[in-house]
Amino acid sequence: MKSRIAKSLTIAALAATLAACSSVPLDDKAGQGAGAGQGSSANSGEILDPFNPQSILAQQRSVYFDFDSYTVSDQYRGLVETHARYLASHPQQRVKVEGNTDERGGAEYNLALGQRRADSVRRTMTLLGVSDQQIETISFGKEKPKSTGTTEADFAENRRADINYLR
Amino acid sequence: MTPVSSRPAQHAVLRMYALGLLLLLAALFIGRPAHAQLRVDISGTGATQYPVAIADFAVDDAHGRALAEIIRADLNRTGQFRLINAAGAGLNVDSPVAYDDWRGKGADFLAYGSIQRGADGRYDVRYRLADTVKKGQLDGVAFSGTEQELRRVAHQIADRIYEKITGVRGVFSTRIAYVLKLGSTYELQVADADGQNPQVALRSREPIISPAWSPDGSRLAYVSFESGKPVVYIRTLSSTARVPIANYKGNNSAPAWSPDGSMLAVALTRDGLSQIYVLNADGSNLRRITRSPGIDTEPAFTPDGRSIVFTSDRSGGPQIYQVGLDGGEPRRLTFNGGYNISPRISPDGSTLLYVARRDGAFRIASLNLSSGSESLLTDGRDDQSPSFAPNGMQVLYAAIQGGRSVLAGVSSDGRVRQTLSVLNGEIREPTWGPFTR
Repeated sequence: MKSRIAKSLTIAALAATLAACSSVPLDDKAGQGAGAGQGSSANSGEILDPFNPQSILAQQRSVYFDFDSYTVSDQYRGLVETHARYLASHPQQRVKVEGNTDERGGAEYNLALGQRRADSVRRTMTLLGVSDQQIETISFGKEKPKSTGTTEADFAENRRADINYLR
Repeated sequence: MTPVSSRPAQHAVLRMYALGLLLLLAALFIGRPAHAQLRVDISGTGATQYPVAIADFAVDDAHGRALAEIIRADLNRTGQFRLINAAGAGLNVDSPVAYDDWRGKGADFLAYGSIQRGADGRYDVRYRLADTVKKGQLDGVAFSGTEQELRRVAHQIADRIYEKITGVRGVFSTRIAYVLKLGSTYELQVADADGQNPQVALRSREPIISPAWSPDGSRLAYVSFESGKPVVYIRTLSSTARVPIANYKGNNSAPAWSPDGSMLAVALTRDGLSQIYVLNADGSNLRRITRSPGIDTEPAFTPDGRSIVFTSDRSGGPQIYQVGLDGGEPRRLTFNGGYNISPRISPDGSTLLYVARRDGAFRIASLNLSSGSESLLTDGRDDQSPSFAPNGMQVLYAAIQGGRSVLAGVSSDGRVRQTLSVLNGEIREPTWGPFTR
C-alpha cells in the first residue's frame, strides 16, 4: 500500500509538471522536452530513451485505474502524454499496451475490460498524434497479476495498463 | 413408482454413505495415480427421490462390489435417488427377484447383475433393472470390456438406470474439461463427469482459459497466452494436433462452437474493443456479428444455432444480450443487478445461466426465459464459469472454498450441491462436455 501511494505521488508530481508543459507551450521546459523527443539531447537532464533504464520512459510505464473503470484519470494523463510525444516524434517506434485487471469477476469479461483499459491509453496517444500502426493493444485480463495477494492494495496494483516498447 | 421426499436423518446417512463409497472407490478403482485427487461432498436432496437398490454384482466379488459402488455414487450425486441398502442380496444376473421383499425394504427399483473375467482376460458384465411395483424387468444388457474400461461400463449402466427411471438421458459417461493451475504451470485436463480419471490434454507455463467442447466431443477450443497474448487454438483429443484458429491483431478469445460443429463464435479486438465474430471451424470466412461502442464478449450459440447470447457493457455495466446470426438489433435478456456475465443456454433453450454479482458476491443465476423469473442457484463468494450438463439437469461451475478454487456442481433447480475438490492446485474454467455416442 505504502509503495503504491509513493508511486502515485511521484506520478502525480510528474503529471503536474507535464500538464504545465503541455498547456504552456512557450515554457522553456516544454521546448526542451520536444527537442529531446526529436532525438537531440535534453538540456534539462531528462533522458527520453525508452531503452535507457534511467529514462522516465523506462521508469514510468504504468497507468492505474479505479475499480470497474477504464478511463485514464487526470493523474496519469501527463505520463501518457510524455510517451505519446516521444512516439509521435519517433514514428518507427512501436509499443504494445497491455491491460490488466484485478482478480474479481469472470476471466473473459476481465480480458475485455483489460483490453478496454489498454484501448483508453491507445486513444489518448492517437489523439496526440501517434499513429495507430505504432500501437498494438492487448490484454492479460486477470490472468497475469503483478500482485498476487487479495487486499485492496493488491487489486489496485493489478488494475493497470503497461506501455511496453518493442525493439 | 413412489418417489419419497427426504428427511434430515436420511440425508445425513446418505452423506456418510457417499463419503464411505468414495473412499472405497479410491482404493479399488483408480487405475493409475492421478495427481488431482478428487473428493466429493454432496448436500441437499431433490424435490422427489426415487428409492432404488443397487446390489453388488455377483461372481467376481471385488470387481462386482466396485462396479455397484460407482453406479450408486453416480445416482446419489444427482440427489434424485434414495439408495436402499442391498447388502447381502446375493443376486446374480439370473436370480429370480423377490419383488415383494424388495418393496418391503422400500425399494421401487432394483439393479443387479454379474461380472466375470473371461479366458481372454476381458470382463463380461450383465445387468438387469427390475421394477418391484410393476413386478417386471425394465432393462437388461450385457457389456464386455477390459479392466480399464470397467469404470466406463459402470457409468453406462448408471446412465441406463437413470434414463429408465427418470425418463431423462443420463450424463454419467460424459466428460468435463477444466484448467488446473499447479504452481506456475497450467494444465488443460479432461476427466470423467465424476471428476475421476483426469488426463492432461495440454500443459503450459502461460495461462489457459475458456476451454470449449466441440459438439461431438472430439476437440477442445481454448485460449492460450503462450505466444504473449490471447490466441484461440483447437486441440484434437485423439492426437497431439493443435492449430491456432483465431490469431488476429489484439486479443483472440472466448471460443464457442455452433451446435453442428461447423462454426465457432469468438471475441476479437482486431477492430478496437472486443466484438463478436464467427468463423468456420477451419479458420476461414471470418465475419463480424456485433457492432457496439462497448465490450461484447463471451458468445454462446442457442441450441437452434441461429442466434448467439453474449455479454455486453453497451448499457453501462455488463449484461446478457441475444443477437441473430444474420444481424439485427441485439435484445437485452438480463435486467436484475448491474453485473451479469458468462451466459449459457440450456439444451432445451428454456433457461439462461449466468454469473450475477449481487452484494459484492458472484453467484450462479438461472433465468426462465419464458416467465422472466430469476433464481440464484449458489451462495458462494466467487462462483464462476457455469455450464450445463448435456441433459440440462446439472450445472458445473468453479467456486472458492477455504481460500482455494474448486470444482462444484449444483442441480438445475438449485436443490442439490456437490463439491469435487482438488487437493493440489486450483481448478478453473470448468466446462461440461457433450453426450458421447
